[in-house]
Amino acid sequence: MRLVKNKIEYNGAGSVTLIPEEPEDMWHAYNLIVPGDVLYATAIRRVTTTGTTGSTSSSRVRLTLEIRVKNLDFDPQNSQLHVSGQIMNETPHTKIGQHHTLDLELNRQFTLEKGSGPDSEGSGWDSVAVEALKDAVDEGGNRRAEAVAVVMQEGLAHICFIGQHRTILKQKVEMSVPRKRAGGSDHDKTMTKFYQTTLDTLLRHLEFNTSATSMSTSDPIRPVLLASPGFIATSFQKHIQSVANTSTPALKRLLPSIVVVHSASGYLHSLTEVLQSPTVKALLSDTKHARETKLMDDFNEQLRKETNKATYGPREVEHAVEQGAVGRGGGVLIISNRLFRAQDVAERKRWVTLVDRVRDVEGGEVRVLSSEHESGRRLDGLGGIAALLTFPIDDEDVGEDSE
Amino acid sequence: MSRHRVKAVSYDDDDYDEYDDGYDSQDPEEKEFLEECTREVLSQLAAGTPSVSATRDEVQEALWHYYNDVEKSVNYLKSKKTKEAGKMKPAAGKAKVTTTGPSPDDVVLNAQSSAKGFKSKQPASKTQGDKKDQAGLASDMGNLSVIEKVNVKSKNLDVISEYKKSKRKNAMNFVVIGHVDAGKSTLMGRLLADLKAVDQRTLEKYRREAEKIGKGSFALAWVLDQGSEERARGVTIDVAASKFETENTVFTILDSPGHRDFVPNMIAGASQADFAVLVIDSSIGNYESGLKGQTKEHALLVRSMGLQRVVVAVNKMDTVQWNKDRFEEIEQQVSAFLITAGFQTKNISFVPCSGISGDNITRRSEDPNVSWYTGGTLVEELEATEAYSHALEKPLRMTIGDVFRGSIQHPLSISGRIDAGCLQIGDQVYTMPSGETATIRSLEVDEEPSEWAVAGQNVVLHLANIDPIHLRSGDVVCHASAPITNISSFTCKVLAFDHLLPSMVDIHRGRLHVPGRISRLVATLDKGSGNVVKKKPKIVPPGVVARIVVEMDHAVPLEAPTRIVLRAGGDTIAAGLLE
Repeated sequence: MRLVKNKIEYNGAGSVTLIPEEPEDMWHAYNLIVPGDVLYATAIRRVTTTGTTGSTSSSRVRLTLEIRVKNLDFDPQNSQLHVSGQIMNETPHTKIGQHHTLDLELNRQFTLEKGSGPDSEGSGWDSVAVEALKDAVDEGGNRRAEAVAVVMQEGLAHICFIGQHRTILKQKVEMSVPRKRAGGSDHDKTMTKFYQTTLDTLLRHLEFNTSATSMSTSDPIRPVLLASPGFIATSFQKHIQSVANTSTPALKRLLPSIVVVHSASGYLHSLTEVLQSPTVKALLSDTKHARETKLMDDFNEQLRKETNKATYGPREVEHAVEQGAVGRGGGVLIISNRLFRAQDVAERKRWVTLVDRVRDVEGGEVRVLSSEHESGRRLDGLGGIAALLTFPIDDEDVGEDSE
Repeated sequence: MSRHRVKAVSYDDDDYDEYDDGYDSQDPEEKEFLEECTREVLSQLAAGTPSVSATRDEVQEALWHYYNDVEKSVNYLKSKKTKEAGKMKPAAGKAKVTTTGPSPDDVVLNAQSSAKGFKSKQPASKTQGDKKDQAGLASDMGNLSVIEKVNVKSKNLDVISEYKKSKRKNAMNFVVIGHVDAGKSTLMGRLLADLKAVDQRTLEKYRREAEKIGKGSFALAWVLDQGSEERARGVTIDVAASKFETENTVFTILDSPGHRDFVPNMIAGASQADFAVLVIDSSIGNYESGLKGQTKEHALLVRSMGLQRVVVAVNKMDTVQWNKDRFEEIEQQVSAFLITAGFQTKNISFVPCSGISGDNITRRSEDPNVSWYTGGTLVEELEATEAYSHALEKPLRMTIGDVFRGSIQHPLSISGRIDAGCLQIGDQVYTMPSGETATIRSLEVDEEPSEWAVAGQNVVLHLANIDPIHLRSGDVVCHASAPITNISSFTCKVLAFDHLLPSMVDIHRGRLHVPGRISRLVATLDKGSGNVVKKKPKIVPPGVVARIVVEMDHAVPLEAPTRIVLRAGGDTIAAGLLE
């Protein structure tokens, strides 16, 4: 995302103008825009005019609209963001107060204005929003660490794209594979078919050029991680090799970027294990995944040891912060960015206050995890919020009244 | 009249003459069959609710229209009678008129076709049916209809009483478990070879092939490891089933993989078993590593899946020169562990043996070093196991173990073990979670064709009228009368093997293997009484019984009381009972 203009006032009001450049930027926009904000972007609106004779004609016009955001809808598969709200500016084709849904587009700038103060509806540019903005704006232009992972088991494969901030499941391949039996070759046959289907699907999602002339092109190829329990991933790699040697020589370009790793199962949540493996860590220059995963592991470790130096759940964490346990010297607040996307402003404020308190007053560390990542999903299972504490707290009493 | 008209059309000229002279010249065999069917229909009509009466003529007419299919005629007559209950008499009279005599159109057609001597297509197919009746294949034809849908007639057997009448041998399944490379497959290969369940020639072939790739010692394991990858790598990947018979019992071996990546397959095998054979590698070093590894996990798993009895085969005793102290050391340690896992002492037995040489498997070892051992051989221990009773009276439940193409005659077959209830040929069954119906065309029990099957038997069902995409291993087959429901969240009481906290897990129930997550820890419970110890624990430590809520992404067929296993990151974290 490119930052075109930044006019954030000291009091937290103000606006920014941004240009989303890649699909992942839509995800950032989704995290930045909250109900109550004012969004200024171009839109295509269908306008119906009624002639004097009563005949109607409709045409599509490109307009620049200013809307007060009411609702956001994010489609993670296609990285599309739909923002709906009421129109605030008058144009020849629209009236103030009409509803419109803006579809943000790549490479078209939009301006986001957040109000602050008692009279405005939004929560302004609070610390979390500023942080999210920093995250979104690609300063060095070097954070395109991306990989494709195929997590598979017998008869099941998940093809997903791992980005900086999220993991998108692109497709699931499922096939019923007969078991081995004496004298039958159905199993081997079906497995070959399964590998071929998975490969075809993978190439389609990679938009990989398999024509013979593509050998000379030098498009960069993203690392492809093949993960499975047992020997499935290795067999799949062999299958790709044999296809490359026989029918599709263009596949040879893909071969060097393939990495085989172990995973416990073919389900998506095994991706945690994949991202943890040393080979993958070395491969992906970006260590954000690894850091986040490590954080979650540390947290689990603390819980396991039953030192009472870790807690999770909204009420429990708030209680711990009140006690001053998430402070200097090891206190870490882990929070999923799902909580900041709350439709209710008060709800968002509750979490922002908590984050501010930990960071500024207590001196603890705050980590915002992306809910679209494996570690974030693990956190969401725990209620979206957890904390590592500096001293043990027995939160028996909190547990009791949070029924 | 019309019957003979149709027949005449398709027959060659000489046949034609023979049948031309009217009603009375009907083939006696056919007449008899018609008579039989008529009686059957009449009795069924009278027995049905509401009871319906019909004249003989009506019945025979209906039978003719349905090619002597009793069931269809009954249905037709029933619906007709109930519909026209009020004005039965006129309607019946009218029907008589219209159908007994040929319609004007038919007369013309008849005359034309017989004159020209060609066979019109439709009557030809009809007459073929009659022809076969004459040939004595009448009953077969009754089952088949011209409609493309395969219609298999149920014999409506009382399966449970049939089962009680039949004098079969006891049938038992056992699962072979243990650490990777403990020699499970080789031991079972030896067992099958010595009991002549595999012929010598096949064995020789395996031996030659195994030596060719430099894995001579794996030859016996190849009896069960049929997969090409399994052979190449020398590791069992999937459960292999094989059966053998002793004097009193038919045993089915479920040889499970020991490698930790394939524990899901082992769970699938164990879910079909009555008891377990735990194979332990007694050689120095391997025993110790096994105890830490899958020996422990497998034993805990089979116990938590409800298996009561375990036979411990202390394998590879030849590598430690049948050392008595070694055996006793292992016996002591393993039994201590098994007892803590929840097995009762009387249900555990130990056998020192060697899979590769075959000592103490089917025959007593003649090695002088083994003279100290006085117990039974492995087979004797297997036979000492009591037969289990199965829930025959409950609604049908069968977890599909495999979906495959049986042969040309049976393009779609499923195999598995019936968990509860019974079934027979012709039954309409539901498969869940797809909710599709299928018809059982035929079935096999322990590789023998049969007409019915009951809980506890290993069956292969040949299905019709269903698309294979609706069937996956792990699905449940049930009857429409008492279907299993699909659920996407459940509460269960589990024993934690590892720390439990809200997290992603794999849920296993037999072949069923789905992702899900622990959404809530409800309470930790007292092991003995089941009373709540602590509500809403933050974390459940290992060895504690807890009540948890599990949610799944997709609805799956599960019902209480079912034993489930939860795994995460390649380890079993909990096992328990659905509530």
